[in-house]
Formats: sequence, C-alpha cells, structure tokens
Amino acid sequence: MKPMTITEKILAKHAGVKEVTPGELINAKVDIALGNDITAPIAISEFRKAGAKKVFNKSKVVLVPDHFTPNKDIKSAAQVKILREFAKEQKLTYFFDGGDVGVEHALLPEKGIVVPGDVVIGADSHTCTYGALGAFSTGVGSTDLAAAMITGELWFKVPESMKFVFKGKLNKWVSGKDLILHVIGDVGVDGALYRSMEFTGKPIEKLSMDSRMAMCNMAIEAGAKSGIIAPDATTKEYMNKRAQRPYKFYESDKDAVYAEVREYDCAKIEPTVACPHLPENTKTVSQLKKITIDQVVIGSCTNGRLEDLQVAAKLLKGQKVSKNVRLIVIPATPFIYNEAMKLGYFDIFLKAGAVISPPTCGPCLGGHMGILAEGERALATTNRNFVGRMGDPKSEVYLANPAVAAASAIKGRIAHPDEVSK
Amino acid sequence: MKFKGKVWKYGADIDTDKIIPARYLNTSDPKELAKHCMEDEDAAFASKVQPGDIILADKNFGCGSSREHAPIAIKAAGVACVIAKSYARIFYRNSFNMGLTILESDEVQDATDNGDVLEVDMDRGEITNVTKGRTFKARPIPPFMQELIKAGGLMESIRKRG
Repeated sequence: MKPMTITEKILAKHAGVKEVTPGELINAKVDIALGNDITAPIAISEFRKAGAKKVFNKSKVVLVPDHFTPNKDIKSAAQVKILREFAKEQKLTYFFDGGDVGVEHALLPEKGIVVPGDVVIGADSHTCTYGALGAFSTGVGSTDLAAAMITGELWFKVPESMKFVFKGKLNKWVSGKDLILHVIGDVGVDGALYRSMEFTGKPIEKLSMDSRMAMCNMAIEAGAKSGIIAPDATTKEYMNKRAQRPYKFYESDKDAVYAEVREYDCAKIEPTVACPHLPENTKTVSQLKKITIDQVVIGSCTNGRLEDLQVAAKLLKGQKVSKNVRLIVIPATPFIYNEAMKLGYFDIFLKAGAVISPPTCGPCLGGHMGILAEGERALATTNRNFVGRMGDPKSEVYLANPAVAAASAIKGRIAHPDEVSK
Repeated sequence: MKFKGKVWKYGADIDTDKIIPARYLNTSDPKELAKHCMEDEDAAFASKVQPGDIILADKNFGCGSSREHAPIAIKAAGVACVIAKSYARIFYRNSFNMGLTILESDEVQDATDNGDVLEVDMDRGEITNVTKGRTFKARPIPPFMQELIKAGGLMESIRKRG
C-alpha cells in the first residue's frame, strides 16, 4: 500500500477506501458536526428548507451557543432560542446551555465528545483545534453543516500535507501559542492554504494537551484546512477519562509524501506577539516593550484553558494590574472555571484587579464582555487581530501567550514575563 | 451567463471581519447584513454599491471566520461576482454552497482601477475591462464545483438524492 500521512489515513478510513491522494474528491462520514449560536441558525434554516425531519444521529450533531452568550441582546437571544428549540425537538445528546456552556473548542475535547481518529466538521473556523487529539477536523460554513446534519457525510478535497518539524528545547515562557505564531509569521496568513499542517518533533511530543490545542487551533490563521499532531501517551492520558466513544490512533508513514517540510530550532523561538492587523505580523516580545495597552484578555478557544490560567495566576500572584489596564480573564469552560476557583486562581486574579467573565467567546470576536473604543489597544491570548476584531475599527489587537498577557497587564505595556517573574 | 458592472477594488487578505464585522452577526437576515458589508474596510461601500457591481480583490479573499454571513452579505448587497487572485478555503466553499459567483484571476487586478467597468463572460471564462479595452482569462472553475452549481448548490443536490 502506498505510504500516507495521518490526515490521508483518517480521511481514507472515513471514505471507506483503502487509500486517498491529495487533490482527490471524497465523500467522508462525519463523526461530529458542530454549530454555534452564530452559524447554526442558518444551518437549521437550510435543514428545514431541504425538508429534512431528523438529524442523521442525535449524539453526533452538537450545538454550543458560546459566541454571544450569556445572551448579549435581544437578537442574540433569538438566535440561541433557535438552537435550544431545535436541540429539544431533535433530542440532541449534546446541547449546552446556561451554566453548562463553554467555548466550543475547549468544551468538546474536555467532554470527550471528539476523540482521536475522528472526522469532525464544525461551522466555526477554529474547529481545526481537534487536530491536537489526532483527529481530522475542519471549519465549514452553515450550508455544509446543514448537509452533514442531514446525511452524516460531506465532500472533501483531500488536502496536501505540510510538515513542521521542531527541534531543540523550548525557551522559558514559550508555549504552543508561540510556536504557532512563529510558524504563521514564517509562512504567512495563506502559507498553508488548503493544506493540512502536521506538527512534529521532540518538543511537540513534550507539549501538554492544552498547548497542542492552542497550536492546532490557529492552523486556520495560516489558511490551513486542518492542523494535526500524532496522538501519543499524552493524548491517551487525556482521553482515558473523557472519551465518550472508542477511539483510534493513526500516524503518518515514515515515507509519507509532504508538499513541503519546514524545520524550526526552538532555541531561536522567543515569546512571540502578532501585531495588528494580521496574525502573520509577528515580532518577539522584546521588540515591542514600548507598546502601551488599555486592555488585556486572557481566554478564548486558543488560550482559555487551565494551563493558561495557571501560568497567568503564577505571574499575577501578589501583583497589581496596571491602573491603565483592564484585565479580563475568561475561563473557557465551566469545568475550567471551577478548577481555577478551587486552585485559588480567582483570589489571585481578583486581588490583582482583574474581571472574571463567565465562559464565552465574548470579546475575541468583538461580541461583548470587553469591547474596545476608538484608539484603544488590547493584548489578547485570542487568535485574530483583524481590523475591528475586538471593537472599534480604529482599535488594535496584539496576540500573545497567557504569560506575556499577564506580564503586560501588570506593566501596562507589552512586557516579557521575566520582567515580573519573582 | 454575463455580468457587467463597476469595480470596487480592494487589496490582499480581506478577512471576513472586514466583509461583515462580528458585531452584526446577531442576525442572519441578508438585508441587515448587506447594510454593513465591507464596513470596516470601506465605510462607503454598503450605501453606494449598485446591483451588478463587482468586487475585485488581491490574494486570500475571505480569510478568517467560517461565517457564511460573509458571502450572504456580499450577495445581498447586490454584488454580481467577486474576482480575486485566490480565496481562503472556507469562503470559497461557502460561496459555491450559497450561490455567490466567484472567479479567480491573476491578471485583472493589476490592469484595473477602482471604478472601471468589467464584463464577465462565465461561459467563455473571460473577464473584459471595458474601460481599458483589455480581456483576461479567468482560472477555470473545477469540474466538481461546476457540477455543484449545475445541481443548484449543495442543498439542492442533497434534496435530489432524497
């Protein structure tokens, strides 16, 4: 049999064929189809227009109203109501509401709803996050979601794979977020267009699951169809207590074909920041220490997980947020929220002067819970810094890891964690 | 099929937040979305665009979010088609699924100014800059996507399958 990448193997299995080749069009079975309060209303409308009566599988269609919740206004409330009523009508196993809702891409892995070896589609571009578990997952639009909700399958063009090989040891304060920002800075916002990004090497094997998710989450910011990391003992440990279904580990063959291979020496990667208004505008923290900020956001499907709050708490302990900065901390899920509270992080954040928000996408996409005025500047652990992303079209967003975010909140300007670390 | 319209010319990496800012995504009403189309890139666009106008952009048009509201807003604004050097993949897929005509071409951009009139001949795959009197080839639409268009879009093809 011809050698294949992990992505090709997963797609072949779900298409019911022995092998697939990049560029080939396939129909693949979908393990999970996901929608949120912005994208699902259109999908549900298309579902009805098509005359469909039932979703293909009530435990494989997942709805998570996380973007504008808790409902920020009347229109948002109406959108969420559409999801709630559809979930009830279809008796969906996985619909999250009220105190159960969390940021979708943190929530699904945490609940074991997505598992290694899956094909997952979501009407949300950051659906690529689940590559961290060794699944093929990709963002689609609402019409594609409607099609998958009805048929349980979807057409795909098998992507070429691009291999990113990391070597050496990670510098202090460098996390998965810095690795992916560094890569995007290297290849550009369309540097992996239509491709699958496969992250490999010893430093990747040593990354925590939270850090792996932050990496795969931002594959879309390089234009990629998906990001993926081969599952290993870390994945197994993460999935063991969570998996709701049996799962399968796939790995790339040694002689699999890649469209491109890039190598990075981690010794040369420092805490990295993406400057306005594209994720590819990367610089090291040290180059940006004069940039003052008005707001810091620690949260999102990229960096709102426990490890992210932990590193922020470590730096903020006994410190005060600068008088010129609003720090908003958004634990990504109710579980993370509860854990952070039990571990004493909330005491640290509150004493430092931070606001703690319930789980929501909120300000990441300029929805609510921390919108910027004209001329204001934020440093955020989120994933996009497009024009107007967090509010006024004349506001700015810098993207960084949670340690840089915490240090910057204390200093009132972009700061290296070493500047505040005791 | 032929289109003729005035060009709204934009640069590279026009993201979905520029096409339709997330602050307006608390509705999926096409008319509402059209009112804010391109707002953060070009505040005049939504009020001045005429039915049949054409958006001409550089590479990676529609990068960012998966929001189908982006092609919906463009179509509802009256835009006949988008021509770009390349598209972000989710936007590309969404446009075919919901019926916004999009074309790829590498040459038209550099030879066309904002406000020029373009004529697009879909059958011949040709784009003519009427103002400047020059004709260019569009990149052929992949056969699979052509079939999807012929079937009336993704949902129609699913309806037909039963």
